[in-house]
Amino acid sequence: MLRTLKQITRIGIISEPVPLTAAERDKQDALQEEIRRIYGRALCIRHVDAGSCNGCELEIHALNNPYYNLEGLGIKFVASPRHADLLLVTGPVSRHMQAALRRTYEATPEPKWVIALGDCGCNGGLFGCSYASAGAVADVIPVDVTVPGCPPSPGAILSGILAVLDKPRATGLRSGSAEH
Amino acid sequence: MELVTAPLPGAAPARHALVDAAGLRAVCAAAHVADGQLQTLWASDERDRVGGFCLWVALADAQGLLLLQLPLPAEQPRYPDLTDIFPAAARLQRAAYDLTGVRAEKSDPRPWLRHGAWPTQTFPLRRDTHGPAPTDEEESYPFVRVTGDGVHEIAVGPVHAGIIEPGHFRFSVVGEKVLRLEERLGYVHKGIEKRFESLPALQGQRLAARVSGDSAVAFSWAYCMALEALCDATPPARALWLRALSLERERLANHLGDLGALGNDAGFGVGLAQFSRLKEDLLRANARALGARYLLDAVVPGGVAFDLEDAARRLLLETLPPLETEVGTLRDIYADHAGLQDRFLGAGRITPALAAQLGLTGLAGRASGQPHDLRCDHPAAPYDQLQVHRITHSDGDVAARVAVRFGETLESLRLCRVILENLPPGAVHAPLPPAAHGRPGLGWVEGWRGPVLVALETTDGGGIRRCHPHDPSWQNWPALEHAVIGNIVPDFPLINKSFNLSYSGHDL
Repeated sequence: MLRTLKQITRIGIISEPVPLTAAERDKQDALQEEIRRIYGRALCIRHVDAGSCNGCELEIHALNNPYYNLEGLGIKFVASPRHADLLLVTGPVSRHMQAALRRTYEATPEPKWVIALGDCGCNGGLFGCSYASAGAVADVIPVDVTVPGCPPSPGAILSGILAVLDKPRATGLRSGSAEH
Repeated sequence: MELVTAPLPGAAPARHALVDAAGLRAVCAAAHVADGQLQTLWASDERDRVGGFCLWVALADAQGLLLLQLPLPAEQPRYPDLTDIFPAAARLQRAAYDLTGVRAEKSDPRPWLRHGAWPTQTFPLRRDTHGPAPTDEEESYPFVRVTGDGVHEIAVGPVHAGIIEPGHFRFSVVGEKVLRLEERLGYVHKGIEKRFESLPALQGQRLAARVSGDSAVAFSWAYCMALEALCDATPPARALWLRALSLERERLANHLGDLGALGNDAGFGVGLAQFSRLKEDLLRANARALGARYLLDAVVPGGVAFDLEDAARRLLLETLPPLETEVGTLRDIYADHAGLQDRFLGAGRITPALAAQLGLTGLAGRASGQPHDLRCDHPAAPYDQLQVHRITHSDGDVAARVAVRFGETLESLRLCRVILENLPPGAVHAPLPPAAHGRPGLGWVEGWRGPVLVALETTDGGGIRRCHPHDPSWQNWPALEHAVIGNIVPDFPLINKSFNLSYSGHDL
């Protein structure tokens, strides 16, 4: 126990300023404001692997490490689409995951956003469209923002999450109609 | 019976033999008795060449790889079931049928990789099948039912509750005790083997790296090793050493991540915070010194796609001692933490005897007394000069798999130091001569999870005729079903994480 406490205090708090461009940094405060305005609580993200090679998952995990302090920004990952505001979808959508992805989307309450993450999520990537792969996420469910990269860095994923808040949602929360 | 084998060229020690159906079983049975393991099994459509199909079985024995080739007729291609000799053959045989229509006699008739995205009697890897029309039919899949007083089922997935890959787990439980687990995988099948056939051989490593992103270096190296075997070429020494550096850093990244996640799954969040910090440090050092956090495109045919300047080399060297100290500190913290040890010890045990029977491989195998490590058993350059220290354990529980990870992390740090201090000078890439065709090339690399194998055949136009990538998860997924028997449901995530198997690498 003492050793654990010693390690915690020795390392201290290592969270960094968010690795964003100046414009995005300005948006960071606006983001927290926006999240509070719309949801009155943290932005909840549900990750869905719809066929990924698991490379993007590694960087989503990294985004949750102490350097990025995601929860300090008011953003957290949740275990069910029913708790989520945002779906973070990776992979070319395998045909075997098409139905599960659609059902996950339907289970997510309105208002909701969708980010297609990684080159494969954006356009099918190296796997493309085939007998087993349906290609881009947007070919299966509506997508608000795409984040390219193979895999995208944690900073790029975070920028994508910020960018989503600038977008009118396809499934539409009317401006100012949020209930707290 | 005398088996006539011919050596296969390349960095992986391999022999090839033509067998008939009876010979296949006899050779497999003899290999099993001599402590050999099934590495992988696949089928290919050779009707355009020899008027039939072929079954390929790769065994690992004391001499290296033994590749058995069994020619089969065009009509009703059938071969003898191997699951009584090697239980790990079961799912490989089902997958081979789903993709090529080549069936094992008396095998489980249920599909494995095909869930209904393409029709029955349509086989994507046959040469006359061109992009079968997708169907939207979801076929029902008969799980094995457990009945009795108070038995009920818990169905989990394919979408799981964390940041993980998709798959389905069907638990039969009484109270919170698991009586049986049945896995159903194949959700992320995206047609990788077919996709290979549309790529030039000199670009296949990019797809190989994306078979399982967490093992990108292992797969891309194995692919390049297979291609280089067909070209009868050896990359420059510096390139091979840089490949080993990349592979060990991939092992480090995964082990650090898993050690944190295992602490977290046992309720020790500090472990996750500390290890994910160390992993991020490692990835950032990769980005600064090697040009990328994850080395997906580092290994290319003929060498590597990057060089290490002296400043970058020194930077990497400087990061090693502090990382080693930190890992040592955290190992002591884990060892002293009674709550953590209480969860780790005895959970998800696979005894050495069961491990040998199931063909448990790689890291999980080494934690259950199966001492195989390609870096020690059949060291390809530069491992022949690195004297890798083999890490094993015989308890076969979560604690043992944690202990092996700690040991291998420290060993990989040592290897990185030795590599960085002795990096030979010279070129990092040499163009490859044209590849031979009409015979397979094999690549075999000890990835962080276990041995990765790539079998490659090229066309005379520089294309890929057939490529079969094999992830050790194929062997270890069925073992997970055994590991959880008698454990409680809340320990499943911990046990599962202690194996950390690949879905994508398995589903292809």
